[in-house]
Amino acid sequence: MKILFEKRKSTSVPALFLVPLFSFMVSLMLTGLVLIIFGTNPFSTFSAMAKGAFGSSNGFSETLVKAIPLMLTGLGVAIAFRLKFWNIGAEGQLTLGGVAAAWVALFLSPSIPSALLLPAVLLVGCLAGALWAGIPAFLKTRLKVDETLVTLMLNYVAVLFSEYLYYGPWRDPKGYGFPGSAPFPDEAWLPRIMGRAHIGIYFAVVAALILWVVFKRTRWGFELSIIGASQKAARYQGIAVERNIFLAILLSGALSGLAGASEVTGISHRLQQGLSLGYGYTAIIVAWMSQLNPLAIPFVSLLLAGILTGGDQVQLMMGLPSAMGIVMQGLILFPMLAGSLFTEYRIKFIRKQPKAACVEGEA
Amino acid sequence: MFVKNLLDKAYKMEKDKRVPVVEMRSVTKTFPGVVANECVDLALYAGEVLALLGENGAGKSTLMNVLCGLYRPDEGEIFIRGRKAEINSPRDSQRLGIGMVHQNFKLVDSMTVLENIILGMKDQGFIPDMKKVRAEVTSLSEKYNLSVNPDASIWQLSVGEQQRVEILKLLYRKAEILILDEPTAVLTPQESQELSKVIHLMRTEGKSAIFITHKMEEVMTFSDRVMVLRKGKVAAELSTSSTSPRDLAKLMVGREVLFELEKKPFQPGEAVLRLEKVCALDDRGLPALKDVSFEIRKGEIVGIAGVAGNGQRELAETITGLRRLTAGSVRIQQKDVTNAKPLTIIKAGVAHIPQDRSSVGAVGDMSVASNLAMKDYRKKPLSVGIFLIPQRILSMAKKLIDTFRIATPSPETHVKFLSGGNIQKTILAREIGSCKNLLVAVYPSRGLDIGATESVRKQLVEQRDKGLGVLFISEDIDELIQVADTILVMFEGKIMGNVPAASADPEKIGLMMAGVSQTENEGIDISQGVMTS
Amino acid sequence: MDLITSILTITIRAGTSLVFATIGEILTERAGILNLGIEGIMLMGAVTSFAASFYSHNLVFALLVACGVGAFMALIHAFLTVTMRANQVVSGLSLTLFGTGFASFLGQKLGPQSNNFRLVGLKGAKFTPINVEALSQIPVLGALFKQDILTYAVYLIIPLAWYFLYKTRPGLWLRSVGEDPQTADAMGIDVIKTKYFYTILGGILIALGGAHLSLSYTPGWSENLTGGRGWIVIALVIFSMWNPARSIWGAMLFGGINAVQFRLQASGTNIPASFLNMLPYLGTITVLVVMTWWEALSKKIGAPAALGAAYMREDK
Repeated sequence: MKILFEKRKSTSVPALFLVPLFSFMVSLMLTGLVLIIFGTNPFSTFSAMAKGAFGSSNGFSETLVKAIPLMLTGLGVAIAFRLKFWNIGAEGQLTLGGVAAAWVALFLSPSIPSALLLPAVLLVGCLAGALWAGIPAFLKTRLKVDETLVTLMLNYVAVLFSEYLYYGPWRDPKGYGFPGSAPFPDEAWLPRIMGRAHIGIYFAVVAALILWVVFKRTRWGFELSIIGASQKAARYQGIAVERNIFLAILLSGALSGLAGASEVTGISHRLQQGLSLGYGYTAIIVAWMSQLNPLAIPFVSLLLAGILTGGDQVQLMMGLPSAMGIVMQGLILFPMLAGSLFTEYRIKFIRKQPKAACVEGEA
Repeated sequence: MFVKNLLDKAYKMEKDKRVPVVEMRSVTKTFPGVVANECVDLALYAGEVLALLGENGAGKSTLMNVLCGLYRPDEGEIFIRGRKAEINSPRDSQRLGIGMVHQNFKLVDSMTVLENIILGMKDQGFIPDMKKVRAEVTSLSEKYNLSVNPDASIWQLSVGEQQRVEILKLLYRKAEILILDEPTAVLTPQESQELSKVIHLMRTEGKSAIFITHKMEEVMTFSDRVMVLRKGKVAAELSTSSTSPRDLAKLMVGREVLFELEKKPFQPGEAVLRLEKVCALDDRGLPALKDVSFEIRKGEIVGIAGVAGNGQRELAETITGLRRLTAGSVRIQQKDVTNAKPLTIIKAGVAHIPQDRSSVGAVGDMSVASNLAMKDYRKKPLSVGIFLIPQRILSMAKKLIDTFRIATPSPETHVKFLSGGNIQKTILAREIGSCKNLLVAVYPSRGLDIGATESVRKQLVEQRDKGLGVLFISEDIDELIQVADTILVMFEGKIMGNVPAASADPEKIGLMMAGVSQTENEGIDISQGVMTS
Repeated sequence: MDLITSILTITIRAGTSLVFATIGEILTERAGILNLGIEGIMLMGAVTSFAASFYSHNLVFALLVACGVGAFMALIHAFLTVTMRANQVVSGLSLTLFGTGFASFLGQKLGPQSNNFRLVGLKGAKFTPINVEALSQIPVLGALFKQDILTYAVYLIIPLAWYFLYKTRPGLWLRSVGEDPQTADAMGIDVIKTKYFYTILGGILIALGGAHLSLSYTPGWSENLTGGRGWIVIALVIFSMWNPARSIWGAMLFGGINAVQFRLQASGTNIPASFLNMLPYLGTITVLVVMTWWEALSKKIGAPAALGAAYMREDK
């Protein structure tokens, strides 16, 4: 008996649902295994995580806090990935968004009418993120430089730059020596809705809906889909490939910048360490797990955020390392990556058939 | 007639006494959804050349891929020199003395000739002795007249030279059974002649060859015997001397092939396209077009003949805005569109059926309906403002699928799941639907079976009869003579000659394809030597 | 003179772990596999080898542990990308995510009870520099001979890797797999096995790079010990144009910046530490841009042509 991977005749729709589900189950088992090895009961751990993340309004709001930046950056990354532009730089775009927002909040606030301050802050955050993504976009479209590495390197540049600022010239003189900027004026605080969760959630949901409409129902979205599938075909159809990629990547960066701006104005109200907990990288996971579908991203973000929050909770309650959440995130991916094969291929078991007689004089 | 039959019988009796060098019995190979080979029997004897003839998709390449170990048959057995052989990988077949030169060469572009020749050979030892290799390769190359620079990298070589490397590879590995897949597709007539000399030399040494082709003329020229495959099964097996191109064509297709095409009389109108002294570079920065000037009139099909790679693709790209000109001008209906963007040219009423259908002409990962909409989506009724209207796209798609008889499970099926012929039909449907002035068709029937090819040609003629101008680039001289009104021949980026199709002489065209300009060959009288045993 | 020698010494020490990882990733990418999990593998190699050296006081054992860990992690990546044909970028990033998290996890769980199960702040067995007498006294070049045994190993590994890749039969086969797997397959080379082998070998070398950090350079374990070196390695691979011999220059450059910045800060210059730290990253971007430009001009192909693509024989 032989096992064969056979290409499917059409992409299997049931597989699109079953595979992620199954992968999640497998990852739970793997994580459980790790927990058992280190002497912890997996069931109590998982239930503690679930309760911690979703069981109380406090927990849920914390989950939202983590989910919002994941949603926004996830959407941004998804746009880029749909164009096969490997934007690994969401982390840097987010950071710079936060930096730019802080700049406006701290230094431009006197010259802006208070009603417009918050919108201005957020807008500048978007622009900064767009700018930071625009650099690799420019290098790719004009000079054909590979974006994977440039975006990655720019992450570090952005993070180091923001460190320089809040350790140095922007450091709060009244900060008792803690590294971090002065707090923002009240008008630049993003309103919260539940616990620490802020209205950024609305931005995220609206953005998801808009993006879905763009990709499914507009001419521009259609053109972007063609570019993503085959740049040569797009060019042949008269689509301005480089310009469209550039614009789309600017949008991608802007969303991450918005995430950063929301973080500083909604959570910390100052520029300090811990602006991003690796959201930019997790966003890639979110985007990929959502199969680049804008409507799925909010849900996947909630899931992953829940895992992280749950991880924090079990650290407090059960003394497990907080890195547990990160480990589990990693473990989800491996089965999913393995499973992605099955959306395109099918396993066939070939039994030895009895030989069909070859009749003479066929032709 | 009687004597001929007697001779044939004698030949067959002689043959039956010998043990075949290669024997394939009842070989069957299937892929998802298609039976590529069914119960195929094949025998090859020492010192002979067997032609495997059949349309595209008849199963010739598959059968040979089974013989050389790239595919494993579902059923059937293979015997080499009378002994059963298990061929599970290319290495097994190499060990048995089988070597294949594929249509797309199995050469690593960035490595040198010598490196490619020894690639995959275990007996080279841990550190190969390149001096010894070079010496052997040089002597082989002299013996068989296959000259090539051993230290050149593959990407620097011409297609003909690359083929020589492939053959040297086989000889170096002491192949006794050579399989050649469409070897003359990429050669000029001169190079084909040289190839036949090489094969002849090998035969006198007792080596045998199978060559795959879909061209009847090649069968007559190169082979001793021919086996015709049709839809995966053996249709006939005969000695070459006992048959003719017409008979072979019938066997290949299973019905009378219409060599004639109905066209309205040739009544060209004003010029639709005019090129003047167009120069352009290819992807490597070398000159691809040199002072190309010609025009296409309304109601005229201008055919471009020539071996692929002499500037045809670049020509189509300069006309459609996909390549910059370095000199000269392109005019469409008096309007100067030199170096205009593709969109401008599309709006000027030009349709383009590109050479690369699966990744340029159509987008495999999108649906048939989306592909059909890719030209007209910018306008009403398919879109309103920035929004697309999916229902109208779908209904337009259904109409086109019907009209052009595109075989697809549904309009939403992704194009990559369609057969080559249906992908081409999708492209045709879309382009013809939006074509107003000029249709540029680049190798439109390449790789299609006879049925699809006929329909493509009919479409081209239909557009021309409607009064459009058509630029038709093809490798098939006979096709051009049938379909086109005027034939231009390209060689190394230049137009070598311009003849009306009605009075075109294939041999003279062949000369032009090889670089002899029209004026030069006016005074030449060619005697075509037939190259068989 | 003395200053230069001491800078050179630190540079070489700093560059050692980078060279290990770079050559490892070069081999992997030469087989056509992109492994972005370097940071994760290095961290895991560092933490596990440190724990092993702490408990066993046996450096050889510690190195073997690192090798095993690196091989295992690379095996996961190979399985996912070669057999399951998953997206290489996402797979590599997942490996990094997982490796970073798990290394942190282990760093808080593998320690002895006395230290609250943490590994931070402990001292294990470590590699000490072995001065080659006489040679180490030479000004400037003496720096080459004041290194530990792993660095001396690197002196051998570089030319061996170069020779292997360009002058031997298996090296030829490896190159062909990365350039044109279909041709390699048609020539009888087992493409799948080759990809697995060199991905795993790459993982071993990468993990050894991590081990050098925890067993020699730092030494010890702390959160985020590698400090992003894994990402620099990706740059170094491109910087050396996939040629092991050239890996020295990149490693020295970035190792040097690392070393120099401490010196500069100690000498009280005004350049903020952050900007100095940015140099490697900005430098890589510059190199990338220049190289891409230069490649376009000279048409010389550096990257293995089939990097990043999955491969299956009977795909029609």
